[in-house]
Amino acid sequence: MFRQQMKPAGVYAGVSSLLQQASRGGISNYLGGMRASDLLHPRPEGLYCPPGDFFIDPVRPVNRALITHGHSDHARSGHRSVLATRQTLDIMGLRYGEGFAGTTQAAALGETIALNGVTATFHPAGHVLGSAQIAVEHQGRRIVASGDYKRQKDATCEPFEPIKCDVFITEATFGLPVFRHPPDSEEIARLLKSAAQFPERSHLVGAYALGKAQRLMRLLRDAGYDRPIYIHGALAKLSDYYQSQGIDLGTLEPATVESGARQDFAGAIVIGPPSAFADRWARRFPDPISCFASGWMRIRQRAKQGGVELPLIISDHADWDELTATIKETGAEEIWVTHGREEALVRWCELEGIAARPLHLVGYEDEGD
Amino acid sequence: MNRFAELLDRLVLTPSRNGKLTLLTDYFRSVEDPDRGLALAAITGDLSIAAVKPAMLRTLVIERMDPVLFGYSYDYVGDLAETVSLVWPQPPGDIPNRSPTLAEVVAKLQAASRSDGPKVLAGLLDSASISARFAIIKLVTGGLRIGVSARLAKQALADLGQVDVAEIEELWHGLTPPYAGLFAWLEGKAERPERTALALFRPVMLSNAVGDGDLEKLDPADYAAEWKWDGIRVQAVCDGGVRRLYSRTGDDVSGAFPDLAEAMDFSAALDGELLVGDPQATGTFSDLQQRLNRKSVTPKIQQQYPAFMRCYDVLQIGDEDLRVLPFRERRGRLESFVKTLDPSRFDLSPLVEFADWTTLEELRSAPPHPIIEGVMLKRWDSPYLAGRPKGPWFKWKRDPHTVDAVLMYAQRGHGKRSSFYSDYTFGVWSGPEGAEELVPVGKAYFGFTDEELKQIDKYVRDNTVERFGPVRSVRADRRQGLVLEVAFEGLNRSTRHKSGVAMRFPRISRLRWDKPAAEADRIETLQALLDS
Repeated sequence: MFRQQMKPAGVYAGVSSLLQQASRGGISNYLGGMRASDLLHPRPEGLYCPPGDFFIDPVRPVNRALITHGHSDHARSGHRSVLATRQTLDIMGLRYGEGFAGTTQAAALGETIALNGVTATFHPAGHVLGSAQIAVEHQGRRIVASGDYKRQKDATCEPFEPIKCDVFITEATFGLPVFRHPPDSEEIARLLKSAAQFPERSHLVGAYALGKAQRLMRLLRDAGYDRPIYIHGALAKLSDYYQSQGIDLGTLEPATVESGARQDFAGAIVIGPPSAFADRWARRFPDPISCFASGWMRIRQRAKQGGVELPLIISDHADWDELTATIKETGAEEIWVTHGREEALVRWCELEGIAARPLHLVGYEDEGD
Repeated sequence: MNRFAELLDRLVLTPSRNGKLTLLTDYFRSVEDPDRGLALAAITGDLSIAAVKPAMLRTLVIERMDPVLFGYSYDYVGDLAETVSLVWPQPPGDIPNRSPTLAEVVAKLQAASRSDGPKVLAGLLDSASISARFAIIKLVTGGLRIGVSARLAKQALADLGQVDVAEIEELWHGLTPPYAGLFAWLEGKAERPERTALALFRPVMLSNAVGDGDLEKLDPADYAAEWKWDGIRVQAVCDGGVRRLYSRTGDDVSGAFPDLAEAMDFSAALDGELLVGDPQATGTFSDLQQRLNRKSVTPKIQQQYPAFMRCYDVLQIGDEDLRVLPFRERRGRLESFVKTLDPSRFDLSPLVEFADWTTLEELRSAPPHPIIEGVMLKRWDSPYLAGRPKGPWFKWKRDPHTVDAVLMYAQRGHGKRSSFYSDYTFGVWSGPEGAEELVPVGKAYFGFTDEELKQIDKYVRDNTVERFGPVRSVRADRRQGLVLEVAFEGLNRSTRHKSGVAMRFPRISRLRWDKPAAEADRIETLQALLDS
């Protein structure tokens, strides 16, 4: 529904340009005699650590994977062994079934884990429940792979912790100065205002099934909304899991026709994956107002093209101000920018006198918000 | 300012008329004076603020941020006002604890001189939130483009005060922003504002379409018949030296027709049709189009396409309000009054003689001029009533044209139709035999039943070729395609459409599941209609 242009199909393009840069001596950051790119560099499977022999968020099956969070483009099934936070492992189990990996190991936040002489430490990323940044250290130097992150407060996950490092690998989903996320409470207030203005209609809110949907539910509760929230079936398992982790989402009811006649949905707030609203599924609701909770909703034309009547600018990714503030906080000498709008963030780093380059990782959907 | 900005944001994305009305009435109810009145003026186009050029806006933002980053941003967003509103850097340390009100913004903009305009604008942008910045930029660059007509805004006022919209229209031209007296009346806190201005608009009388079986119940002797002219309904009002030409919704269109306004040297209110040409040789609708949607008009265009008024009613002469008189008497007064006017600018809409409905039916089907779109029936004894009373006036239109076209694209609808593909773009064949291709000729989103909508929706889903956001292209070639019989009122030449034609009032009249796509009509069929 909200796809923008796809990435070019040439999967290896990024790697070869990186190698060229490296051979020209373009990468200046030497870590105690070794280059930063010897510790972590992109391979077709994902970000690879040769001395530790592991991948971070690999997009195809590998021997050992360290996974930042449970979104399906970062957490795939079929690896021989997976190291991730307990909650990320649980979420993968819910999505793929118990046999999603050969073996699994839970990483506690802040705990240092040795992998062939390299150490890895998971730190909260504030993206979704269980999400973590991964700090990789070797010979006294540290690279932090952020995975996806945000800085806005979110009651459904641990807040992001800035980690001092030599190289910070940042996502750039919203890496343009136009992306400025407003406070989420303001957005929820607009949804509730609209629900009060149009009591005879239902509000269908498109939200990704992991993270965004549960955050919305929690925000509605925090705003004092105590009616049942109706949910699409695709959200049920994950929302139950959030509740089991002590995140109170209030009363959730399936948005099935059996659970109520059409008119019972008048005035209701219904949350489902965005794809469901284009579907025949949506016909059970009376004269629905289509809403979509996403950082992309900042751009009017995006809302208009998608037929969204009430855009809610609620994102689980850092906006421009959060990205630039975070880069400064990490104190990193060098920034590697991945999945998103790399060029603008690289430009900003140049203006700030920070070395930066795009890390053309492939296979992550920058639409995932 | 934030509430106004929020209103604009919601209106632009709300497609349904009722939804817009709810948003507008809620805004007028909850926002205080003078902000709500200024918002109303901004929407109806009655707020005057010195304009700022887009180039100036760009200069202001480039002074404040890296041009390369601005370039990336503008490329991505595509809209200058929106890009600037998003990237505008908040001045460091100086975060205002409150946003300016709309009244403060308007006052500052109106007080700004040409030279300090950009500085004033920059100061306002510094103090505003993102969506307020967008609204401010829209105010200064002109044109809100939110899909709300002045008429719709007046309807929202009528809803607010539970009065007829005709009452608002009648008062409107005597009022000025911020309309405090109007709001006070609508909220029951004050008397209705006095009609003190000269040459005010009088709400027009509208007709109902002749429905099945309507005529059988009526006596032909009770009714006068006239041709129904396909021009623009206008009201010419002259009063104490003030001359105004109003559209049927009470918008002042005098500026677009200075040639006609020039000839309005009388003291009366006339109702009629604005046409182009001269009374002896009436122009076609295409000619008329040359004069439409223009704020001002060159002497050359005025000469080439002179405007005149074909009068069919008189509402006032001097101080005498004639609206209470029966049509028969008004007609008599009109006939003698029109004789006193400039014959190149005013003539009388002739009555059509008929004895029975069958005779009139024959006349209706073969009108003597292409710009006639049917006949009007007016009850001899009816007074002039605002609105659309059922009974006194009927319109009996010529049957529409139809064409068999092939469904090419379908777009998802909104609200009740949000999960249905309900807006259809259709095309006809063009090109040489053996290499025919479809060329789009129009778009329609009504005319079908709910059951038919379900069937077309299924067809679209089953025959999708490509998806572009909410739009799907549908398989449409010589061997397969859904043929739609499309009814329309007329065709205009269009340089904006590849086919060169634009349909007026197209709607789906029938689904031709039985008809092979290859047998749909060709573009030449439509072109022939254009030349007639």
